[in-house]
Amino acid sequence: MANHAAAAHAGHDDGHVHHHYTTTGLDNRKIAVWTFIGSECMLFASLISTYLIYKGKSIVGPFPHTEYVNEAGKVFKPILDIPVTSASTFVLLMSSFFMVLALQAVQLKGKPAPAATAGWWERIQRNSQFWLAATALMGIVFLGFQAYEFTSFVHEGLTIKTNLFGSTFFTLTGFHGAHVTVGVLWLVTLLWIDRTRGLSGANDELLVDICALYWHFVDVVWIVIFTLIYLIQ
Amino acid sequence: MSHDAKHAEHHHPTGNQYLKIAIILTVITIIEVWAYYIPALVASPLFNPALIAMSAAKFVIVVAFYMHLKFDSKLFRLLFTGSMIVAACTLTALMFLFGKLAI
Repeated sequence: MANHAAAAHAGHDDGHVHHHYTTTGLDNRKIAVWTFIGSECMLFASLISTYLIYKGKSIVGPFPHTEYVNEAGKVFKPILDIPVTSASTFVLLMSSFFMVLALQAVQLKGKPAPAATAGWWERIQRNSQFWLAATALMGIVFLGFQAYEFTSFVHEGLTIKTNLFGSTFFTLTGFHGAHVTVGVLWLVTLLWIDRTRGLSGANDELLVDICALYWHFVDVVWIVIFTLIYLIQ
Repeated sequence: MSHDAKHAEHHHPTGNQYLKIAIILTVITIIEVWAYYIPALVASPLFNPALIAMSAAKFVIVVAFYMHLKFDSKLFRLLFTGSMIVAACTLTALMFLFGKLAI
């Protein structure tokens, strides 16, 4: 124990990168983020369960997949806009691809530079700022799609108070949107760090890795939401 | 660093493999949306199971390759799959409790 403490202290004095390894041989920050993701699984499972339990139990419209005519004879078309949501789903999938390339770019920084004859794809794979910015941009575009969707729903008469569908839909997708917002802020912070002092080394790789894990988790939650809410009728 | 942790660092996919994975995810999404617009498919009893299977495939691909769970430590796999099992059991139990599923 004393040896461990002494070794850790010596590492501190040398100014080396500090790893928070545990007896498992793994960094405790990465264990923490996986545990956090596990707890998030349960949060979203409860929100999705609530949506599914109340699915089809709304008394008044608008409804997600079917038309509704109210007492005054006003017709409400099915409210979900599949083409728009498909586009936003594609955007989020691409953001995951960009995120994994951002992590790879940071990991490649310590490796030898590509040959002078290397193509643009080899060169751009090492540009971490580009991929971090692209991921954050995709996240912002996704949030723009969600803002458009929420606004159009409200204009068409569906609010969180209208019916059970509105309550469960806005709660579930709102929570997901909040997670995307946190992810975008996290990415912008990493981008700022990369622009000011550069992201390189094992510790910085871990910082990007943890952010990437969170971002991919937000993506897989959307994969489930897109199928269960938008496509299954 | 444990053998597990060292092992994890050397088997991550390359940029080209990540690109192929992105193409596979896009193709599955296109098939899902295409199926949604075919009334004969929507009416089929296999439509919902097929959509869930495609969604599950995308889920597993992202978790395994983009989140590196396939290559990372078994402890991370345990933390994630354990939570997923609890989440899935909770969801299924609630579906039975509220009459959405029946034996």
